[in-house]
Amino acid sequence: MTLVKTTLNRRSFLRAALLAGGGMVLSFSWMAGCKPSGRKALEMPEEWFELNSYIKIGENGVISLSSPNPEFGQNVKTSMPMILAEELDVDWDNVVVEQADFLPDRFKNQFTGGSQAIRSNWTPLRTVGATARQMLILAAAKHWNVPATEITTEPGILLHKASGKQASYGEMASAASQIPIPEEVELKKVSDFKIIGTSKKNVDVKNIVNGKPLFSLDYKTEGMLTAMIVHPPAFGMQLKSIDDSAAITMPGIQSIFTIDTLTGDIDQNFFDATSFTKMAVVVGNSTWEVMQAKKALKIAWEEEPERVFRRSASWMQGSEIIKATFPPGLESTDDHLAKMAEFTKKPGQILRRDGDPEGAFKKASKIIERTYTAPFLAHNTMEPVNCFAHVTAEKAELYGPLQAPEYINATLSQRLGLPKDKIHIKLARMGGGFGLRAYGHHLIEAAVISQQVKAPVKLVYTREDEMTAGLYRPAYSATYRAALDENNQLIAFHVKGGGIPEMPVAPHRFPAGAIDNYLAEGWSITSNITTGIFRAPRSNFMACAEQSFLDELAAEMGKDPIDFRLELLERAKTAPVGENNDYQADRYAGVLRLARDKSNWNETKQGIHRGVSAYFCHNSYVAEVVDLVMKNGTPKVEKVVAAIDCGIVVNKDAAVNMAEGAIVDGIGNALFGEMPFKDGAPQKNNFPSYRMIRANEAPKEIDVHFVGSETDPTGMGEPPFAPVFAAVANALYKATGTRFYNQPFINGLTTG
Amino acid sequence: MATTKLKINGKEHAVDVDPSTPLLWVLRDHLNLVGTKYGCGVASCGACVVHLEGEAVRSCVTKVSRAAGKEVVTIEGLSENGDHPLQQAWEQVDVPQCGYCQSGQIMSAAVLLREIPNPTDEEIDLAMTGNICRCGTYLRIRKAIHLAAEIQNEIK
Repeated sequence: MTLVKTTLNRRSFLRAALLAGGGMVLSFSWMAGCKPSGRKALEMPEEWFELNSYIKIGENGVISLSSPNPEFGQNVKTSMPMILAEELDVDWDNVVVEQADFLPDRFKNQFTGGSQAIRSNWTPLRTVGATARQMLILAAAKHWNVPATEITTEPGILLHKASGKQASYGEMASAASQIPIPEEVELKKVSDFKIIGTSKKNVDVKNIVNGKPLFSLDYKTEGMLTAMIVHPPAFGMQLKSIDDSAAITMPGIQSIFTIDTLTGDIDQNFFDATSFTKMAVVVGNSTWEVMQAKKALKIAWEEEPERVFRRSASWMQGSEIIKATFPPGLESTDDHLAKMAEFTKKPGQILRRDGDPEGAFKKASKIIERTYTAPFLAHNTMEPVNCFAHVTAEKAELYGPLQAPEYINATLSQRLGLPKDKIHIKLARMGGGFGLRAYGHHLIEAAVISQQVKAPVKLVYTREDEMTAGLYRPAYSATYRAALDENNQLIAFHVKGGGIPEMPVAPHRFPAGAIDNYLAEGWSITSNITTGIFRAPRSNFMACAEQSFLDELAAEMGKDPIDFRLELLERAKTAPVGENNDYQADRYAGVLRLARDKSNWNETKQGIHRGVSAYFCHNSYVAEVVDLVMKNGTPKVEKVVAAIDCGIVVNKDAAVNMAEGAIVDGIGNALFGEMPFKDGAPQKNNFPSYRMIRANEAPKEIDVHFVGSETDPTGMGEPPFAPVFAAVANALYKATGTRFYNQPFINGLTTG
Repeated sequence: MATTKLKINGKEHAVDVDPSTPLLWVLRDHLNLVGTKYGCGVASCGACVVHLEGEAVRSCVTKVSRAAGKEVVTIEGLSENGDHPLQQAWEQVDVPQCGYCQSGQIMSAAVLLREIPNPTDEEIDLAMTGNICRCGTYLRIRKAIHLAAEIQNEIK
């Protein structure tokens, strides 16, 4: 058992009574149509007793658990309550789950992103669960007049073995809710876990398969209007004038106007990234009517001068405000590629140097140099951007898909002129996130529109609006060089990587630490095309470039690609080079070995071309082996074996589901994903032109294996995504004899 | 505007909308049947699939006038108690991640299962290619359709 202090977040233990007086009760009313859990019908209690912000217990023993973080398909709405239920020691079938609103006084870390939801809430949630259990024990001890240390629990039941006394949690809930919060509580031993590590079904699965209104796009309230925006058709353009004479007379149209969402005096948060702040707005009675009026608008656009704004220097709350700019001009992919090629030739910013890389390259017998590129990618969440907002003189109510609510409420407060505690954000289930929903510009847009029309409003983007609205995965390029001596041994390694607009190199990651002479450099190019985090930011490119290069290097050295990586990892483990290596070589090697074993790597099969890749990001290690076949010149990934070390797996089958999805997503983006530009305009705006992986292109089999571990959980949403790009590239090489250096790979194939 | 009479999930409705309004928006905005999703508006993603006279159609490009007087079934009406073999199978296999595309997936699969009671992987892939799942749950969808076929056969 582990003893932990419960003072981690005193405020999260606020009682219901305090809360009711705190003005945090929301006036939303959709809960009636949206049952907290669809798993099974439990008899609801007559009275709930709140033990803390996360846990309520009914007099009948039914347990209500709040899931604090926004849900976008990663299944935290199930896995987070599983952690609470484990330490509380209750029967999972007796649990109902509620999605928490954004209430920073009540809940910690209400952020979904960076694969950190479980990692950052692991100990806090366990502590919350254990604290409530201890309060039940203390209540029983008082009631039975026995020492608390003699009381044990079985799921939902308190027991005093010596006297034979027992009571259900429901019976003790009222008394427990009056118990002072203990200073210190015990956490379970990993080996005693009964819920964590099992597979529990998605608590919303029934609602999903019955088409229940789970998403904010499904939300409707009395008097609600529909709003749509028209943003500039190209980056570097802005709104000049608008002629709404035809549109305003169209049926169902209420008003047409322009907004400026982020006026220059607003201090933007890191996640306030937004492409267009000045937009035309059409408000009307129904979606289709507004869509038609939008098409009838005549808007003149003009080139935008340099845009200057104020934003936080980093994602850290309270970091300094800096001046930021978007350069003027209309950019094109051809220019981007030329510019990136130029930068790869110039010296970059030195990020890490071990030994004497320059000297080693000078005396090398052979130098292998390869350059890799990747284009901008659109997130393409299936649910387009939308948000409900109702802003009055007193308060603002918002309901929308959002990964990072804590990063938007300060901006909303400034823009709306309302104190932060008068802005209530409800967290909608998101129809996909992938990083896009970290940025809350749609909340500001919806709120500004609602404030203007003085009515509840639902802002809806069309697919075209969303796909052309920016916040793309940045475009990247990286050049790798390896120096081999006369014995064909690796003596130096050099990576120089950059992007538009960010530098993707993680200088302390593998193979840093495994090579005596090592150099990492970086560069970046500014742009007015907006970018944002995208599933496994930077890693989604660097893993591809690095693991493709290592594959080619192994071939040059006449080594098996897995053996070659294991040799490097052995070196990094036994005699690490340099400081700050940010990975554990044995865990890295562990997933490679597991993937090798589970895939029968050494077996060859007629017509099956295999590629391997392994990467460490978001604190987890993943190795993947891809089996690829060519059918009429078209590649098809038939099978993938994945070996994952993410520490303790909370919800096994959900984690497998996420790994499967990440792999399918990665294969799709590697083969097909790209957003090209011409004169500032995105060249794809909907699925007929933006190719997405489809059912017939998904593997037949994905075999996911976890390294058994008692280490605290680490990332799961992103780590299985990053390595698959290179595994596909390496398999494609085997299939075609051609190396694939530029994403998407389909462009390098003659058919497809 | 004109009044269009619709029969959706066995219930009669009269809606006063422009006859060229897509069925999708009539379902979502006027009848509050929001299980049918908007994904692309151009019949390219399958999130809006409903059954019109038993056939899978993209409601985002199906004018409401085309549905007048015909039988429309949406995800809300696929089964009375949410226990269509596909819904049972989807739950058992725990298919969804974000869940947004799944109504459309299930509605497409329902027509497949009616036409081909025991589809092969290839038949499933062919039938389901019009439905995008950005979360990548295609393998589970395939598995759930096979399971639904078994459940359907047992019922028969």
